[in-house]
Amino acid sequence: MKDVEMKMLERAKALLGSGEVARVIGWKKGEFYFDPVPASFESVEELSDFVYNGFCGANLSKYLIQMSKKEGKTAIFLKPCDSYSFNQLVKEHRIVRENIHVIAIECQGKLDIEKIKAQGVSAVTEVEEDGDTVKVSSLYGETTLNKEDILLVKCATCKSKTHQAKDEEIVLHEMPESKNNRFDEVEKLEAMTETERFAFWKLQLQKCIRCNACRNVCPACSCIKCVFDNPASGIAAKANDSEFEEKLFHIIRAFHVAGRCTDCGECSRVCPQNIPLHLLNRKFIKDIDGLYGEYQAGETAEGKTPLTSYTEGDKEPNDVVDGEAK
Amino acid sequence: MQEVTTEKKEFVPNIVAFCCNWCSYAGADLAGSSRLSYPANVKIIRVPCSCRVNPSFILKAYQQGADGVILCGCHPGDCHYVTGNYYARRRMSLLFSFLNYMGIEKERTRVEWVSAAEGQRFSAVMNDFVKTVTALGENRKLTDLRVKEGE
Amino acid sequence: MQRIGVFICWCGSNIAATVDVERVAEIMKSEPGVVYSANYQYMCSENGQQLIKQAIKEHNLTGIVVGACSPRMHEATFRKAAEAAGLNPYMVEIANIREHCSWIHKDMEEATEKAVVLVRTAIAKVKLNAPLTAGESPVVKRALVIGGGIAGIQAALDIADAGFEVDIVEKNATIGGRMAQLDKTFPTLDCSACILTPKMVDCAQHEKIDILSYSEIEDVKGFVGNFSVTIRKKARYVDETKCTGCKICMEKCPSKKGLNTFNMGLNTRPAIHIPFAQAIPNVAVIDPEQCIKLKTGKCGICQKFCGVGAIDYEQKDTFIERQYGAIVVATGFKPISLESFNEYGYDDNKDVITSLELERLMNAAGPTNGVLLRPSDGEHPKVITFIQCVGSRDTSGCGKPYCSKVCCMYTAKHAMLIREKYPDTEVHVFYIDVRTPGKNYDEFFRRAVEQYGVDYIKGMVGKVYNENGKLMVQGSNLIDNEQVTIESDLVVLAAAIEPEPSVRKIATLLTASIDTNNFLTESHAKLRPVESPTAGVYLAGMCQGPKDIPETVSQASACAAKVIGLLVKDKLKTNPCVATPDEMMCNGCSQCANVCAYGAITYIDKEFRLGGGKTEVRRVASVNPAVCQGCGACTVTCPSGAMDLKGFSSKQIMSEVEAICKK
Repeated sequence: MKDVEMKMLERAKALLGSGEVARVIGWKKGEFYFDPVPASFESVEELSDFVYNGFCGANLSKYLIQMSKKEGKTAIFLKPCDSYSFNQLVKEHRIVRENIHVIAIECQGKLDIEKIKAQGVSAVTEVEEDGDTVKVSSLYGETTLNKEDILLVKCATCKSKTHQAKDEEIVLHEMPESKNNRFDEVEKLEAMTETERFAFWKLQLQKCIRCNACRNVCPACSCIKCVFDNPASGIAAKANDSEFEEKLFHIIRAFHVAGRCTDCGECSRVCPQNIPLHLLNRKFIKDIDGLYGEYQAGETAEGKTPLTSYTEGDKEPNDVVDGEAK
Repeated sequence: MQEVTTEKKEFVPNIVAFCCNWCSYAGADLAGSSRLSYPANVKIIRVPCSCRVNPSFILKAYQQGADGVILCGCHPGDCHYVTGNYYARRRMSLLFSFLNYMGIEKERTRVEWVSAAEGQRFSAVMNDFVKTVTALGENRKLTDLRVKEGE
Repeated sequence: MQRIGVFICWCGSNIAATVDVERVAEIMKSEPGVVYSANYQYMCSENGQQLIKQAIKEHNLTGIVVGACSPRMHEATFRKAAEAAGLNPYMVEIANIREHCSWIHKDMEEATEKAVVLVRTAIAKVKLNAPLTAGESPVVKRALVIGGGIAGIQAALDIADAGFEVDIVEKNATIGGRMAQLDKTFPTLDCSACILTPKMVDCAQHEKIDILSYSEIEDVKGFVGNFSVTIRKKARYVDETKCTGCKICMEKCPSKKGLNTFNMGLNTRPAIHIPFAQAIPNVAVIDPEQCIKLKTGKCGICQKFCGVGAIDYEQKDTFIERQYGAIVVATGFKPISLESFNEYGYDDNKDVITSLELERLMNAAGPTNGVLLRPSDGEHPKVITFIQCVGSRDTSGCGKPYCSKVCCMYTAKHAMLIREKYPDTEVHVFYIDVRTPGKNYDEFFRRAVEQYGVDYIKGMVGKVYNENGKLMVQGSNLIDNEQVTIESDLVVLAAAIEPEPSVRKIATLLTASIDTNNFLTESHAKLRPVESPTAGVYLAGMCQGPKDIPETVSQASACAAKVIGLLVKDKLKTNPCVATPDEMMCNGCSQCANVCAYGAITYIDKEFRLGGGKTEVRRVASVNPAVCQGCGACTVTCPSGAMDLKGFSSKQIMSEVEAICKK
């Protein structure tokens, strides 16, 4: 990964140095090795903080909504999964494609520091990825961990290693596709009884503190003003007043991004309460695939979404259960 | 369901019916003028088209204490607005499946296509829906308990 | 401060017999916001309305609720009454306590309780009503007809006869369309040209009609009453105002090997040509693909011989922009391509032809001067086999799932005409079903069988192949339950018809909806069959669905009636219950426009103040109130809730939900 980082830095320097772009969106060093943060670099000097490592899980595409409005061209580093969100934003006219220079970058799956901690390793100072294993260095020494065990949830069930948008590419090693089926967990829930499912979600959503992190990170949830902040909507609310509102917020949120959610998994990654929010969105994706044909949001930057199209022979709502008509 | 015991007053569900102005609302009118009865606990809200019904309206109804919500529109292909009910159909299919996924009784929410000529059918649909919801019992999973206690 | 008035109607005993109307009115007196509540025997009566008007004035009411029959019955009545008393008509809500209450419930207690809830619900809504005013938009008194076939011609003539200006835009060099190619027409067998060409001449001579031939629609803006259309006049390299149609150029042109498309490619024509003798306008056109001068710069013979100097090799496409109040789409049809029907050997055998080709072969003005000769060797065919439903009613995916409607009749016509003219010819017809509903149609078909001895075979054809110069037609005879092979000299395929492909682009420009088969969709299949859901756009002829000439003409005249009905108005009143976006919340994401069946939503770049002297330009939705029909599809699609519907706002509906649900 070090070589990829070097190459990225080199390109960022060249682009900024030549004035070809006014800024580069990437990651910069955080307080620790494992918490790089998204950043916009506007000069070669600022790039001294530039970083790209196994913890750069953040999807940067959403930053373009603001950044691409600024003067001059914006370069951005996009991992394969981020490129879907990028296309979706272009499709929805939230960003202007011509103002952006997309650098498609290599991704071998990003790591979850919480999972590493759970393996008994703390104070991580560096990681070195090597195929299926990861060498983790910490203040207390070195450990080799199974990569599968420490991947971010979204990376463990990575949907694709193919960039859907790019102006140039920095991919130095092969990127093997994930063997895991991203709908396995949804299917597990579907197989439960109604009472079990209710109990599961009640338990999960009770944890919600309505911090809006999921909403703020989501590239699909990028409304100028959220419906929950819109007094004309009839559902405006700042906090969860009740058990019902815990559900309402997440049902409406998932519904609003249905057909638009690219399954980037950021919602679950940022949730401080570890609610598996991606399982809500994936349910819609799975149902849409089953009812209206395979559809992957963000695969292209054009066309209608499943909820803004129809066929005369669509299934009847009363008959629909889990993506098929019973 | 277990809450409703024989000692207590018989459970009468509260049902909200969204009806499109052009077909189903007219169908309900026809049921009326044909004196085809259905329970008084069904109350109709007139909307221009089934596609006007936002999932949040349905959820709001449950929050406020509805036990069942039914959405009625023109038959697919006959929409006054040409394609409105096609969009409504997709939205509701996904919403229903999703509510089921969250463990909420699927049968509480229903979509029926009723034309302006189907007074008989309107009444039959409502009778049947009331029966279904009565059997399901009070909506507890999606009620805002706070609102009730505050009363 | 809201001042709501409530009026509960008895409707004689219709409501009062099951609902305690006095009690309902009494309860409403203590509802928050209600300052007046009354009950009366017949609210819709003159006296009832007077009561309402008086109360509005006396109590300074800001909104009223009438608990009465269905709003579908008397909403308009009560709105008018309110307006007469100086209250905005949209500040009226109806609680339907008759059809939805008294008429369906027997128990007085139960019905009264429900009536109370229904009236409360209406109160909750009316409190959130806003005064609305119907808008007005002007009407440009000129119509555009796209397509100059019989549908377009008929519509144009009818509209023009009513005194309105009409432009016909025809993509070909002449008007006339498919009908001009036909030989005879069923069921009367009169000659197609004889009945069509006089109408073409009428168009040309009509002072209100302007024919823009060799022209296409480039862009459409605007909406009902006010369309702005850009028309591309393609370069024909001949000055229309000078050409006299003398045809000397056609004689002299050295490049004579172009396929004559008017004759379905059965013979050739010069690069400069007039499509057919009765063409309107009777003006030559140069095919740039075939013209030596335009391709190589050398030649110029036509220019040399043209006595009036009409030839202009430098001519370029020109664009004109015109305003119209209404648009008729009459783009017609074409037979489907037979590429995916190898079994009939159309591509391999010259003597396997389509029915439209047969029309030309039988036409006195056609390539054989009306003598039926087979294309391969010019011999008279002795055995002719017709195959019906080639690509029609085809669910295999190769053809079209629908019935092309006209094939049964024209095949009977062809069979009959051949037997009449060449009695020694044997004629067979393979069919799935013979469909001949229509005045004098079945009689016509029976004449073919009974009087002319045409051999109808119920069954499908599996294969047509050439054996020693004979076309072997192998099919099944389902009635006798046997396989048959007919040795034929000519095979005629009744190819399915499909909408002229250019209609797709036109539909997109007009935001007119189109179905999976590319037929334009009508606003209502039964009750508004000639109107597109896009207001101000009307549909005539095959572009809307398969139909024959009389049906096409009827539909065209119906379109004309609709257009005239629109154009006689000086202004259009628009429905005020339309969608409106809150620009501050709009993301400009285009989802709303994607579900709008009417094309009412466009996007504009708008500057917003950000504070601190900064501004930001954002793409936001803009709804044209003259086009929006108020269905609300967009409101639910909008993720931020920026789009709302006047008269049925989210807050209004939510408040109704609350009023009903609160126990």
